[in-house]
Amino acid sequence: MKHIISALVENKPGVLAHVAGMFAARAFNIDSLAVGRTETEDLSRMTIVVIGDDRVVEQVRKQLAKLVPVVKVQDFVGKPVVARDLMLVTIACPPEKRPEVFSLIEMFKGKVVDISTRHIMVEVSGPEEKIEGFINVCRPYGIKNVARTGTIAMTRQ
Amino acid sequence: MGGKSTPTAKSPGKESNIKTGAQIVVDTLVDLGVDTMFGYLGGVVLPLFDRLYDAPFNFIIPRHEQGGCHMADAYARVTGKPGVVIATSGPGACNLITGLATAMMDSVPLVAFTGQVRTDLIGNDAFQEADTTGITRPITKHNCIVKDVKDLARTIREAFHIATTGRPGPVLIDLPVDVEVSQCDMSKVSQEIDLPGYRLKHRGHARQITNAAKAINKSDRPVLYVGGGVIAADAAQELRALVEKAHLPVSMTLMGLGAFDQTRPESLDMLGMHGSAYANYAIQECDLLVAIGSRFDDRVTGKVKAFAPQAKILHIDIDPSSISKNVNVDIPVVGDAKDILPRITELLEYRERKEWFEKIANWKKQFPLRYDPGDKVIKPQYVIERLWEATGGNAIVTTGVGQNQMWAAQFYKFHKPRHFISSGGLGTMGYGLPAAIGAQVGQPEAVVVDIDGDSSFNMTMTELSTAVQYELPIKVVILNNGYMGMVRQWQELFYNKRYSQSCLKNPEFAAVAEAMGAVGISVDKPQDVDKAIKQMLSQKRPCVVDFKVAREENVWPMVPAGKSLHEMDGLDIMESMA
Ligand SMILES: Cc1cc2nc3c(=O)[nH]c(=O)nc-3n(C[C@H](O)[C@H](O)[C@H](O)COP(=O)(O)OP(=O)(O)OC[C@H]3O[C@@H](n4cnc5c(N)ncnc54)[C@H](O)[C@@H]3O)c2cc1C
Ligand SMILES: Cc1ncc(C[n+]2csc(CCOP(=O)(O)OP(=O)(O)O)c2C)c(N)n1
Ligand SMILES: [Mg+2]
Repeated sequence: MKHIISALVENKPGVLAHVAGMFAARAFNIDSLAVGRTETEDLSRMTIVVIGDDRVVEQVRKQLAKLVPVVKVQDFVGKPVVARDLMLVTIACPPEKRPEVFSLIEMFKGKVVDISTRHIMVEVSGPEEKIEGFINVCRPYGIKNVARTGTIAMTRQ
Repeated sequence: MGGKSTPTAKSPGKESNIKTGAQIVVDTLVDLGVDTMFGYLGGVVLPLFDRLYDAPFNFIIPRHEQGGCHMADAYARVTGKPGVVIATSGPGACNLITGLATAMMDSVPLVAFTGQVRTDLIGNDAFQEADTTGITRPITKHNCIVKDVKDLARTIREAFHIATTGRPGPVLIDLPVDVEVSQCDMSKVSQEIDLPGYRLKHRGHARQITNAAKAINKSDRPVLYVGGGVIAADAAQELRALVEKAHLPVSMTLMGLGAFDQTRPESLDMLGMHGSAYANYAIQECDLLVAIGSRFDDRVTGKVKAFAPQAKILHIDIDPSSISKNVNVDIPVVGDAKDILPRITELLEYRERKEWFEKIANWKKQFPLRYDPGDKVIKPQYVIERLWEATGGNAIVTTGVGQNQMWAAQFYKFHKPRHFISSGGLGTMGYGLPAAIGAQVGQPEAVVVDIDGDSSFNMTMTELSTAVQYELPIKVVILNNGYMGMVRQWQELFYNKRYSQSCLKNPEFAAVAEAMGAVGISVDKPQDVDKAIKQMLSQKRPCVVDFKVAREENVWPMVPAGKSLHEMDGLDIMESMA
C-alpha cells in the first residue's frame, strides 16, 4: 500500500544524506521524495511516498523519527489530506494538433508555459492520478520530456 | 581566520574567553568529566594533540586506530561511561570503521573525533582527505562535521548527550584542522544543547505497565528473554527484584550475559543458536515471552515464524524501532528498563508455577551444557571451566569471535553485569585483545582475561605492545585449535568437511608475546592447564597463554541457520557424554 510520510527536518547540511542513506541501508523503497522550506526558517519538510505493507511502513516511520535531525514524522494514511504533484511536460504538438491538445490541457486545468513550432511545454498540478491521466492522454502525441516534483501533502484542518 | 581579536588586544579579564578550537575540545571534555582517551596522531590533529600535551587525560596510544576504537568501546562497556577515541583524517578515520560499526551494533556509547582537511580544501581530493561523515553515517548513531568554531563546544556536548542517552551508540565529530586553530570568544557563543529532533522516551506508559504486569501474573509458563539493554540501563538489580517477586525463569542473550546471576536457579543461561537446550525449549513452550532490552536478532530467534509459537510477546525497549521489527509484539512498553522494571514489579504476584519449573528442571537435567573432557588433549571448554574456578567467576572476560566466544558464553558463568565483553552484533574478530586493554584501563583493579581464538588473536595481536607500554596486566587465553574453528565447524556440518582455506599457519604465540615484552606460556597437556592458569593470574605483566586445544571440537548445541529453536543439533552427542 502507498503511504505519504511527512517529516519535518532541521534545515542543516547533510540532513538529506542522513535520510536518503537510511532508506538505502534499510532497503526501503522510495516512490518519491520532495524537500522544501517551511514557514519556520530552520525547518524543512520532506514528503516521502513509500510503498510497503504496514510493518514496513511502521519501521520507515520509526527509523525516520530516530534520526537526530528529524524533528517530527507523520504517516498520512487514513487521514484527510490534500496531496499534490507538479509536472512540467513537453509534448510533440505540430500546429495542426494544437486545438485538440489545447482542449485536453483545458480539461486537466493545465497551463501552456512554452510553445515552439513543433512542441509545447505544459504545467499540470494535482493529485497523482490526474498527472498520470494527463500523461496517458498525451502519450499518443509523443512525450519528449517529463519533470515531476513528487508528491507534497498536508492534512486538512 | 582569527587575527581580528588576539587575546592581547583584549582586556585581561576577557583573555580566558578567547579559545582555539583545540582548547575548546580539551576544556569541554574536561568539563564533561572525561579522564581517559584513546587515539592516534596525524597531520590534521596535531593542533589538538599539542593541546593534549599538558591536558589532564590518561591517554592511550594503540598500535592501530581499530584497536583504539575497540579499546574505547570496551572501556565504555565496563565503566558505563562514554569512550573517547581520536584519529587523524583519511587513513586514520578509515581505520576506525570496524570499531565504530562494532559499537553501533552493540549499542555502545562512544564519541569519536576525526581530523579533517581544511574547510576550503574539502571536496578537492586533498591529501589524506576522506568523506568521513559520508563513510560513517550508517555506522554511527549520529555524526557531523563542525565547520565553524562557534559551534564546536555545543556540538561536543550534543555528541556526548546523544551517545549516552536513549539507546546508546557511537557519535562522530569530524573536525577540520582550521577549526582546531581558529579562535572563538566563548562569552559570545551558546553551549546549550539544541536538538529539536532528539526526543527521549524514558518513562514507560502507565497503562502498558499495568498490561505487562497483568500478563505476567496471568501466565502459567512465562520466560524472560533478557538482553544487553538491561546492562545498558544499569538495571540488573531491578531485574533481580522482579524475578524474585514473581518467580520467573530467565534466559539471556549473548549481550545480556551478566544481567542476571547465572549461578541462581532461575537462570536458563543463554538462548539462541548456541544457547542451552533448556533455554530454547522453554522459549518454544512458553505462553508468555518477556523480552527486556533485547532485539530479536536472527541468532536468537532462528526461524522467525516458528519462534515462541505459543507465546504472547511482551517487549520492553527504549528504542521504539526495536519493537515489532522482526517479531510482532503483543504488549509493547517503550522506555528505560530502569524505570519500567520496578514499576512492573510493584504490581506482580508471586506464583509457584510448579509444573513449569519442573519441566524446566527436567530439561536442565537431561541436557546440561557438557563436553567430553578426555585426558589426552586439552578441551577448550575445560580451560574455561578451570579459569572460572580460578577466578571465582569474577573476571572481566573479553572474547574473540567464533567457537572461543561461544564456549566463553557457555562455560564461564557470569554473575555480574559489565563482565562479559564481546562483539555480538557485528561479530568482529580481533575485538578481544584491544577490548581487554580498554577494559583494564577502565577497571584497573579487575582481573581481565581475553578468551580468544587463534585466528581472531592474529588480527589485532599487535596491540599486545600497547598493553606492555601501559603496564596493563591483561591475560590472554588463546584456545588454539589451529583453525578458524567456527568456520571449520560449518564446513564440517554443511560443506562435506571440505576445509577450504580455514586453516592458518600460526606463529608461536608465546614467543611473539615474549618478543613484545609480555609473558608467553605454551601448554599442550590437560594436566598442565591449572598450573598455567595459576601462573598467568599471578603475572603483573601482560600474559599470553597459548593453549593447544583439541583441533576439531564443535560447539553444541547448535540451531542450524533457518531452523527453529527446538530443532537443535548435537543433543544426542551431548547426551552420549553423560
Ligand atoms: C558467532 C556468533 C554467535 C552468536 N550466537 C548467539 C546465540 O546463540 N545467542 C545469542 O543470544 N546471541 C548470539 N550472538 C549475538 C547476536 O548476534 C546478537 O548480538 C545478540 O543476540 C543481541 O543481543 P540483544 O538482543 O541483547 O541486543 P543488544 O544488541 O544488546 O541491544 C540492546 C537492546 O536493548 C535496548 N536498550 C538499550 N538501552 C535500553 C534501556 N535503557 N532500557 C530498555 N532497553 C534498552 C536497545 O534498544 C536494543 O533493542 C552471536 C554472535 C556471534 C558473533
Ligand atoms: C573480521 C572478521 N572476519 C571474518 C569473520 C568470519 N568468522 C567468524 S568466526 C571465524 C573464525 C574464527 O577463528 P578463531 O579466531 O580461531 O576462533 P575459533 O572459532 O577457532 O575459536 C571467522 C573467520 C569475522 N567474524 N570477523
Ligand atoms: Mg581457532
